[in-house]
Amino acid sequence: MMLLPDAEQLLANLTERMRSGVATDTAIVGIHTGGAWLAERLHHDLKLPLPLGTLDISFYRDDFDKIGLHAQVRPSDISFEVEGSHIILVDDVLYTGRTIRAALNELFDYGRPSSIRLAALIDRGGRELPIAPQYVGATLALPSDKMLALEKSSTGKLSLRLYDKNPMGHEQ
Amino acid sequence: MNNNPQLNKSGKLQHLLTTEGLPAPILLNILDTAESFVGVTERDVKKVPILRGKSVFNLFFEPSTRTRTTFEIAAKRLSADVVNLNIAASSQSKGETLLDTVNNLSAMHADMFVVRHSQSGAAHLIARHVQPEIHVINAGDGRHAHPTQGLLDVFTIRHYKKDFRNLRVAIVGDILHSRVARSQIHALTTLGVPEVRVIAPKTLLPSKVERLGVRVFHDMAAGLKDVDVLLMLRLQNERMISARLPSKEEYFKYYGLTPEKLALAKPDAIVLHPGPMNRGVEIDSAVADGKQSVILPQVTFGIAVRMAVMSILAGH
Repeated sequence: MMLLPDAEQLLANLTERMRSGVATDTAIVGIHTGGAWLAERLHHDLKLPLPLGTLDISFYRDDFDKIGLHAQVRPSDISFEVEGSHIILVDDVLYTGRTIRAALNELFDYGRPSSIRLAALIDRGGRELPIAPQYVGATLALPSDKMLALEKSSTGKLSLRLYDKNPMGHEQ
Repeated sequence: MNNNPQLNKSGKLQHLLTTEGLPAPILLNILDTAESFVGVTERDVKKVPILRGKSVFNLFFEPSTRTRTTFEIAAKRLSADVVNLNIAASSQSKGETLLDTVNNLSAMHADMFVVRHSQSGAAHLIARHVQPEIHVINAGDGRHAHPTQGLLDVFTIRHYKKDFRNLRVAIVGDILHSRVARSQIHALTTLGVPEVRVIAPKTLLPSKVERLGVRVFHDMAAGLKDVDVLLMLRLQNERMISARLPSKEEYFKYYGLTPEKLALAKPDAIVLHPGPMNRGVEIDSAVADGKQSVILPQVTFGIAVRMAVMSILAGH
């Protein structure tokens, strides 16, 4: 059994690493679901004035033909002006990079940002696309048959869970 | 196992032919997915790439501008290629059968057919006939069903009323000839609306309509009391000729929705209409353009609901 790092500690690390990189015009956008939880906390702790954004990338996935639409699609919510903005995109676990590719495409359908940076709680390697994060909580090597997910308790406490990859399930 | 021709072997939606017999989780999944598409239609770029490379054929054997247009917009916003065929004016008049037409279009690599036909069951016939990778959406068949209209109506109701479980909903008008009313009734009862009423003269009600689980009223004053939602139906002009009704004026007097009659419902009741409206026949302009009318939002939501149906089907 692998010992997983404490998600709350990683988030504290990530917050401190981002602190010097944000300004009042920085917008935070979290990818559903785990990334949105993290973005909400980062948005609050870094005291950013622009409204928090969330993205559900279901309509932009590259595996729609294989697995169809995600059972639970949530609305994306971007209420700041994307055109000309400086965005930090937040995801929980960075893996193949396909989710980030989909998120970038979706963001550009709202407008043309001046810059986008990427923050991830965990970078587990295994990239299949040329995508690199600017901010990470920790890097972690995991076997490819394992999935790592962020979970939130009823009190709002974040934790990591490792489980076996479901052959029919979604990639990260 | 199920015998529902709309569901595939794993119980997922393969075709959308009617709201009848569709389980609540499938209806709710369509409504929830449509919520996300409402957001998409409010952006600068109102398009998502999900159906890129797919071909949607609108097969309209019966004229319809509004429904065809909203299906076309929905498919285009999903990045599909759309072909519109008004078949009343094409091969059918040369004697080609319905299934020959479908075979020809399938050979052109269609991924989805959106079918409107004056014969009840036409979309079912096509759905049984096509290869398993092709999806069929019923856009209205005879008096039978118009499921996307029923779904967009329940979507609109949920948008304004949040919850189905405490609602009284009245469907007013020509229930007898209405595929919209049937689709509404099945969707509303499946989603747990405790009281669905139909209000119409006896000549415009199907016999034994109570079997659908509705309360029957012939009088607006009784029928509209304490109602949260009014679903008005279009009175088709040709019905007048068929001697089911004395005159438009007479119909308006008893069943036309005026501000006075609307005042009999709850003060926050909303009014829906599938369009196109006959002002001064089933609905007064003061109501159609009034504060309680959600008729134009219905049209906007209709696109999101059709986007949801198409993207869910294409993924199965």
